[in-house]
Amino acid sequence: MTASKPTATQAGATAARGYRSLSMPARYLINAALVVAFLVVGELMIGGGVVSRYQTGVIEQIGIYIILAVSLNIATGYLGQLPLGHAGFMSVGGYSCAIFIMRMMGVAGVTMRDFTSGSPAAMGLFVCGIVFGGVCAAVCGLVIGVPALRLKGDYLAIITLGFAEIIRVVMQNIDGVLGFTLTGGAKGLTGIPSYTNFLNTFIVVAISLFLIHAMMKSRHGRAILSIRDNEIAAESCGVNATYYKTLAFVASAFFAGVAGGLYAGCIGVMAPAKFGFMKSIEILVMVVLGGMGSMLGSVISATVLTILPEALRAVSDYRMVVYAVVLILVMIFRPKGLLGDYDFSMSRVIERIMNHGRRPEDFAPAAASASDAGDITSPVEGPGAPAAPSDEGAGKEASTHE
Amino acid sequence: MSNDETRESKAAVETGEAACPKRRRPVLVQMETSNLVPERDLGKMPVLQAEHLGIDFGGLTAVDDFNIAMGRTEISGLIGPNGAGKTTIFNLLTNVYRPTRGTILLDGYDTAGKNVVEVNKMGIARTFQNIRLFDKMTVEENVLVGLGNSMSTHLVTDVFRLPKHWRQEAEYHDRAMDLLGIFNMQGLARERAGNLPYGAQRRLEILRALATNPKVLLLDEPAAGMNPAETEELMGNIEKIRDDFRIAILLIEHDMSFVMGICEVIGVLDYGRIIAKGTPEEIQNDPKVIEAYLGKQGVK
Amino acid sequence: MTILTQVLNGLQLGSIYALVALGYTMVYGIILLLNFAHGDIIMVGAYISWIVMSQLGLNPVLAIVLSIVGCAGLGVLIDKVAYQPLREAPRMSLLITAIGVSYFLENGAQLVFGADAKVVPEYFSLPSLSVAGVSPSANAIITIVVTAVSTIVLTILVQKTKLGKAMRAVSEDMGAARLMGINVNNTISFTFAVGSALAGIGAVLYSMAYTQATPTMGIMLGTKAFVAAVLGGIGSIPGAVIGGLLVGFAEVFVSAIGLSVWQDAVVFLLLIIVLVVRPTGILGRPMTEKV
Repeated sequence: MTASKPTATQAGATAARGYRSLSMPARYLINAALVVAFLVVGELMIGGGVVSRYQTGVIEQIGIYIILAVSLNIATGYLGQLPLGHAGFMSVGGYSCAIFIMRMMGVAGVTMRDFTSGSPAAMGLFVCGIVFGGVCAAVCGLVIGVPALRLKGDYLAIITLGFAEIIRVVMQNIDGVLGFTLTGGAKGLTGIPSYTNFLNTFIVVAISLFLIHAMMKSRHGRAILSIRDNEIAAESCGVNATYYKTLAFVASAFFAGVAGGLYAGCIGVMAPAKFGFMKSIEILVMVVLGGMGSMLGSVISATVLTILPEALRAVSDYRMVVYAVVLILVMIFRPKGLLGDYDFSMSRVIERIMNHGRRPEDFAPAAASASDAGDITSPVEGPGAPAAPSDEGAGKEASTHE
Repeated sequence: MSNDETRESKAAVETGEAACPKRRRPVLVQMETSNLVPERDLGKMPVLQAEHLGIDFGGLTAVDDFNIAMGRTEISGLIGPNGAGKTTIFNLLTNVYRPTRGTILLDGYDTAGKNVVEVNKMGIARTFQNIRLFDKMTVEENVLVGLGNSMSTHLVTDVFRLPKHWRQEAEYHDRAMDLLGIFNMQGLARERAGNLPYGAQRRLEILRALATNPKVLLLDEPAAGMNPAETEELMGNIEKIRDDFRIAILLIEHDMSFVMGICEVIGVLDYGRIIAKGTPEEIQNDPKVIEAYLGKQGVK
Repeated sequence: MTILTQVLNGLQLGSIYALVALGYTMVYGIILLLNFAHGDIIMVGAYISWIVMSQLGLNPVLAIVLSIVGCAGLGVLIDKVAYQPLREAPRMSLLITAIGVSYFLENGAQLVFGADAKVVPEYFSLPSLSVAGVSPSANAIITIVVTAVSTIVLTILVQKTKLGKAMRAVSEDMGAARLMGINVNNTISFTFAVGSALAGIGAVLYSMAYTQATPTMGIMLGTKAFVAAVLGGIGSIPGAVIGGLLVGFAEVFVSAIGLSVWQDAVVFLLLIIVLVVRPTGILGRPMTEKV
């Protein structure tokens, strides 16, 4: 989705003399332009009636699931853990964002209609609500993460599942304890203003993806990835595993909360039953199917898996069976997901074009010592490639090109 | 290289300004006397001291009464048959295991109660017998994780890509490349660590440890799986690292020509106890060492 | 005397959980898979009973036998078709495949039988007992006895027989077991057969108690049993039984004091507390990694 890279400019100098690479601002400009173009085209199509209301709703949901999948990917693909309670964070974010907005509407003097017309006050309230939802989910993430991250592997999976189920039961029964209506109990929270629309959804999606990407391509992201690859080695290199695991977990929860906030405004009703274990699994399936550790993979599979059930409505009786069979077949034939951990970089593609299809290693001096050069595939990443987190299946890409 | 080790029965314990990087005053303990340091390191506080170090697993004593005092620029070796407890000693020195008995002083600071991360930040870095690289990360990133110890940007700075983020990334990219230059590995910077050949993986692990800015480097079988030419090259590089970074290096190795060629002091471990300690020549001629390796018959 | 009745209810429910938890534990012990489809195997077992008795009008004994055999066969089939191709794949892929199988069974059942509940008739009409002023349901007694016997048989099978030894060897080290001439795939399939047969027994006992079959009945039952297995220490047979009983008692107790809406939360809270105190469950072996 986004492609930007810290060390790009210098890498060009050392690794590939003569290779024409994009400067850092140019990279950001290209990606920003792509986002704006996407938004403008989208808005025009919706405004012009090319895309129906129903389809717009589906597109919004795609955006929401993209955030959910990419945020879960922080904990699974990047941190290497298996949390099964992502829907819990989503519901916390959704409830708190919706309740915040509903209760503050009066205070801020915003009416239901203002959200559709997009008054500044409504927009401000939207931003506050989404951030509030994210923060609430992040706090939950912290509370859950501290005990959960002491556990390993499947024990972590089951404890997060447990927490998410507890959140669900709490949402369902909290009104009885409080003595007033907060969440609406099992019937759900209704009358949520439809504050989510195509424009703000996709701005939130773009910002979320950028922030997650930026975190992962920094020293903090590298620390998280190092824990995934080898926790003992990471600690012996001075990486505070407890801190970074918690950070990744909380960041994952925060963005799930943001997505939950959008979801509440998109659907209009929050019911606890929607956020059970199956929802968490649904998001996990998106991540694994796309390829763990691949942001693009998450984006694509979130898109496909949101559209697929809608597209299969015609054969609604069979669609879940088909979905299940597809899931099993994909796992059997592509156990590492559709994209493995390959990530896409727009700037890399443009650089490839600028250099007439040649890759950076065509320019690179043979710097490897003689004993090494023989048995390894040549470096495959362009200088523009995110130099990073488990980005490209080096060997794999090499084989597809050679 | 000073090959002329002087046997010195007393390891001088002294404070020096350079020896206390932190404001806290070092805990000074008069240590046992049976340790050896090279002459040039005399008069400075040993960078690493262990006293009567021991650990039991259940009823089994894996290491007992281990003592060491390492000069600030000393290269020492630890040899012994398989299962003698060499790696266990590394695990004790890095607080992977908590010692049952004894104390460890790193540059005068007691490491008791510290965790692995804190001990690393205090100045001990290590490599592993079974290589533990960050396989899915690139070679450069592996080094950058080690360099992370001295990086300072706040999460917000990084996530919002403030100017300081770019400056730091640029600076550390250069530092990573300089480190990779030690083993002439700059060309592999973008390769995945897991795709490197075995020898290069061992070298990268050393660089990653070095990147954490240690005072003592512990190398667990650095030459394992290398051919004679590579081993020769590695010996030169390890001495170069010692000279350039002015650090002490303690290594475990089975390749005797490597150990004898590079180490100034060698300790021989058998059944968790040091059975001999001395210069390579002394060790080669020590009957107890021959017995430990070859059994009783070998002594005849 | 209501306390005794409640204890008996707890034992009955706990026994069912324990039987299902045993299946989870066995499969996990051998291929480290959280077999999400396990709960749905129980669902299939309940439907088999329903078909045999309600639709075909055959003998209840036949229904019980077919349920157990059908579940065992289904377990083996799932392993052969879906899990066996993934022996060398990342564990996450295996897990997602298990989820896929679970979806398939649930939605397949919904497609075939419809979403509404089917009533599983009584297997036998049982006399009511009265001991010491309590009148325990015969179902409860049968459930507890069957579970106890199954656990003992299973323990003997794992500890004393050649197949059990092969199972333990495979779970220690698949590669080494293969080199020792053990047919790993057959051993794993056998484990699935045994685990699923236990699920079949669980299905019969569950149907006796709740007389219903729905496509989604396996989800919560499976999840709770899974919690039970983890609680007790996954991979441990006595652990699964202890975990099952604990979960059963916790549920009955919470309902009895009138907080049944919080029942699920309490079960999971129990799980969290146990895991925080003992990170690998009550009887789980501590995990250590050699450096």
